[in-house]
Amino acid sequence: MNSSTLNIADQFWQPQLNRLLLRVASVIACILAWQWASSVHADFGLVTFQNVPSPKEALLAAGELIQSPKLITHLVASTSRVFGGFAAATVVGIGLGLVIGRSRWLEDVLLPPLEMLRPIPAVAWIPLAILMFPSSELSMVFITFIGALFPILLNTIHGVENVDARLIASARSLGSGRRAVFTEVILPAAAPGIVTGLSIGMGTAWFCLVTAEMISGQFGIGYYTWSSYVVQNYPEIIVGMLFIGVFGMGSSVLIKKIGNALMPWYLLQRKKT
Amino acid sequence: MSDTLQGRIDIDGLHIRLGQGKQAFEALHNVSISIEPGEFVCLLGPSGCGKSTLLGALAGHLQPSAGTVRVDGAPVQGPHPDRGLVFQQHTLFPWKRVLDNVAFGLKMKGVERAARLAQARELLKLVGLEGFEDSYPSQLSGGMQQRVEIARVLINHPRVMLMDEPFGALDAQTRLKMQELLLDVWSRVQTTIVFITHDIDEALFLADRILIMSPRPGRIIEEIRLDFARPRHAELMTSSEFTRLKRHCLALLHPEGKVIPLPLVTSATPRLQFAT
Repeated sequence: MNSSTLNIADQFWQPQLNRLLLRVASVIACILAWQWASSVHADFGLVTFQNVPSPKEALLAAGELIQSPKLITHLVASTSRVFGGFAAATVVGIGLGLVIGRSRWLEDVLLPPLEMLRPIPAVAWIPLAILMFPSSELSMVFITFIGALFPILLNTIHGVENVDARLIASARSLGSGRRAVFTEVILPAAAPGIVTGLSIGMGTAWFCLVTAEMISGQFGIGYYTWSSYVVQNYPEIIVGMLFIGVFGMGSSVLIKKIGNALMPWYLLQRKKT
Repeated sequence: MSDTLQGRIDIDGLHIRLGQGKQAFEALHNVSISIEPGEFVCLLGPSGCGKSTLLGALAGHLQPSAGTVRVDGAPVQGPHPDRGLVFQQHTLFPWKRVLDNVAFGLKMKGVERAARLAQARELLKLVGLEGFEDSYPSQLSGGMQQRVEIARVLINHPRVMLMDEPFGALDAQTRLKMQELLLDVWSRVQTTIVFITHDIDEALFLADRILIMSPRPGRIIEEIRLDFARPRHAELMTSSEFTRLKRHCLALLHPEGKVIPLPLVTSATPRLQFAT
């Protein structure tokens, strides 16, 4: 009995393990290629590695940053800006998304101006952000807010508009009023879309961090990256980029995991189709 | 049984137009039906004949253009848990476990959790789904999903159960099982059933009375009373009387053995439209 269950477990884990190894190997191969290109100062014409710091230099710079007492200050400053902007975007994006998705009139009133703002890149908001917010901290939070808002908003609208009309009809036949239809059907049905929006929005909030922290300050991973460029500390730029990448991916995955834990039914449904 | 029975349906001079502008067409033309409390009526007709439209009007999802629809004397005004709906494709809430799906109607009535879950357990037993309380709908087979759907409607003690080809998507074996299950359940619950199908066997097997509808605009063209003894079992389908009636229905639905042309598919194909 026991050996057969073990066997099934083996069959399940073996391919999983192989895939994991493959993924790790791929990352290592990329780093080795980078190391080679930067150490021989490879010049491919279109792109050149002559001034690109090598992974080894970046590693040394990273070690320096990790040992520096400033690191924690940088991280606290950046995460609070990202999470502040993200939290505001969550409230505004989901709120607006729900009403826009449910009401054609509100869609006509609210969506056109939002659609006009959407293509404007975060960096173009810097001057306005400085003018609009007396505190530079708030203007930085505003930039990450702008970054996170649209993915959350659009995914919420999409989620609400795609609710199966038959589910609403059947809820009404079972005695649901307007309110109950909203809380019992529309919200849970739109939840997977909202979680996707939140996860993407978390990523784009980090994506805008360097832009936000160009505004001012002495701290923050984005500020660290930007100031390293200004004073030509090239390895530090890479370290800053890596930190942003790792934290952005980590918090994005975290959102997805929390969402999946709250919606076990969604994974089951997807596994089937 | 001494109380006045509930679930009487009176449809009088019902016309329904669907679509807008040039796309508008008459889906139902002067339909009048009376259904007794506790009766099992099958609406049989070719696709696109307005069967679903008729059911939509009964459910309260569609407004009549003319005529009246009454249940127990009261005009139908919008959906109500007294009139339960079951579709071909289940409409269970994928985010709720089976037990919570079944208990949903009671939640809407404000019944407290423990009480409504206890009742939901009883109904799951009735449809033979004990042990699946904690599953999610996507973990069940098509037949089981429809059983949950039926239990979810029955928990409201509906006067009328409206079923729109509920077993149409199931394989033949499961369908037969579900038909027997439905008859068994119906024999134990006091409710009127209006059941739509285009399957002649199904209609003959289930109904007290079959109403046959014409192609669009839908009208009732024939009424057949069935006196087969209940409880009914699958063997009934091989009896000579069953075959005779089947031949009769076939002749009505496919007159003179001609192949009926496929209904024109327009952008305004008569499907149930829901106010959302």
